[in-house]
Amino acid sequence: MRRLIGFLVILAVVVAVALWFLSAPGRLDEAAFADLGTADLARGEEMFWAGGCASCHAAPGAKGDDKLTLSGGLAIKSDFGTFYAPNISPDTQAGIGDWTFRQFAEAMKKGTSPEGTHLYPSFPYTSYTRIAMSDLNDMWGYLQTLPASDNVAPDHALGFPFNIRRAVGLWNLLYLRNGAVIDFASPDEAVSRGQYLVEGPGHCGECHTPRSLIGGLELGEWLAGATNPDGEGIIPNITPDGSIKSWSAGDIAYYLESGFTPDFDTAGGSMVSVQENMAKLPASDREAIAAYLKAIPGRPNGYPARSN
Amino acid sequence: MKNALAIAIAALFLSGNAAVAAEPQVERQQSMKSVGQAMGTLAKTAKGEIDYDATAVIEAFAAMNTAAVNFIDQFPEGTETGHETEASPNIWSDRAGFEEAVKKFDTDTANAVIAAPHDIAAFRAEFGKVAQNCKTCHETYRVSKK
Repeated sequence: MRRLIGFLVILAVVVAVALWFLSAPGRLDEAAFADLGTADLARGEEMFWAGGCASCHAAPGAKGDDKLTLSGGLAIKSDFGTFYAPNISPDTQAGIGDWTFRQFAEAMKKGTSPEGTHLYPSFPYTSYTRIAMSDLNDMWGYLQTLPASDNVAPDHALGFPFNIRRAVGLWNLLYLRNGAVIDFASPDEAVSRGQYLVEGPGHCGECHTPRSLIGGLELGEWLAGATNPDGEGIIPNITPDGSIKSWSAGDIAYYLESGFTPDFDTAGGSMVSVQENMAKLPASDREAIAAYLKAIPGRPNGYPARSN
Repeated sequence: MKNALAIAIAALFLSGNAAVAAEPQVERQQSMKSVGQAMGTLAKTAKGEIDYDATAVIEAFAAMNTAAVNFIDQFPEGTETGHETEASPNIWSDRAGFEEAVKKFDTDTANAVIAAPHDIAAFRAEFGKVAQNCKTCHETYRVSKK
């Protein structure tokens, strides 16, 4: 009996040590930072809108130029608790003004903070991990040109066990993937560009794809629609079998530009902010997103039929 | 002749009453459909897909204004659910904000009718102001369900 207890204690220690190592925050290799050069600020601004930074990090309800002050504070209510978007303006105290590019890149691609702890996946590093280093370099350059804000955003309000940051490392083992989601045999240039924008910076899948009980994306139901992670209702199925089945590629591009559907209904909810970001991209990028959405496999709805 | 006119007027009232008697959820969905139809005319004009027709444009703004005038009354207490409504609970929890948004739509569409734009440039200015209302209101007061 005593030997059994001794064995179990040793086993528990071994498992704990293994989990500790497995849950370590990810880092980037030195090689990733080679040959980046000076940031192209115009491209950085495009990446800023493609990435939708302002939709969460600007002050809640900000419109127009106020969207450029990334003071944080937006509450994101989820099944796991309430997350508050942090201040990512260039303020050295309240914001990220004293971060290095390496720290920014590790946050974006690995979900690792400068203190070496895990960020929560309410920040969509699970998608941003697919952003090219050169684009991150441009984005970082652009972010530093934006106004500083000294606003201090509230801490996340999460219950047990979601308040254990280290556990996010184990979640990352399951859900942090940097490869392409959809495997195309021979995509044309537009489809490839659309794939990059949708699966990477645009992080469309974060809302349009259903999640598992512990909040990981069900990639087998990519873009099939989901219950709204942050409120009532659903986020539509945007595969070729979903709500936009009858839309042409031109209709999709026009929607992203204007917010109007082919029936002249409009975007609603959080998609309004997303659409306004997309309207700032070059027309060719909106056409590329449309080409990609037409090329992906159709899926049945990823959310339950409504009961109302 | 007088009788025929009286009957016609009575019929008009009766049909008006019949519309009022419909469920508010259905009624407001029809209001929004009429706005969508009018928006179709205006957006196609803005895109240059149809030739500029001042009469059609003013009628479309007027149709939107008609929908806006009674819109607030189509969201009474007790109609938060049912008939596949996509009305957000925010309409009832933030009534003042909702009423302000609808009144802005009412004002902007009324101004567009009064402006009676007779060329595409004048039209675009009014169209931009009116169209912005759709998204602003739907961002907060509408929930997607299908």
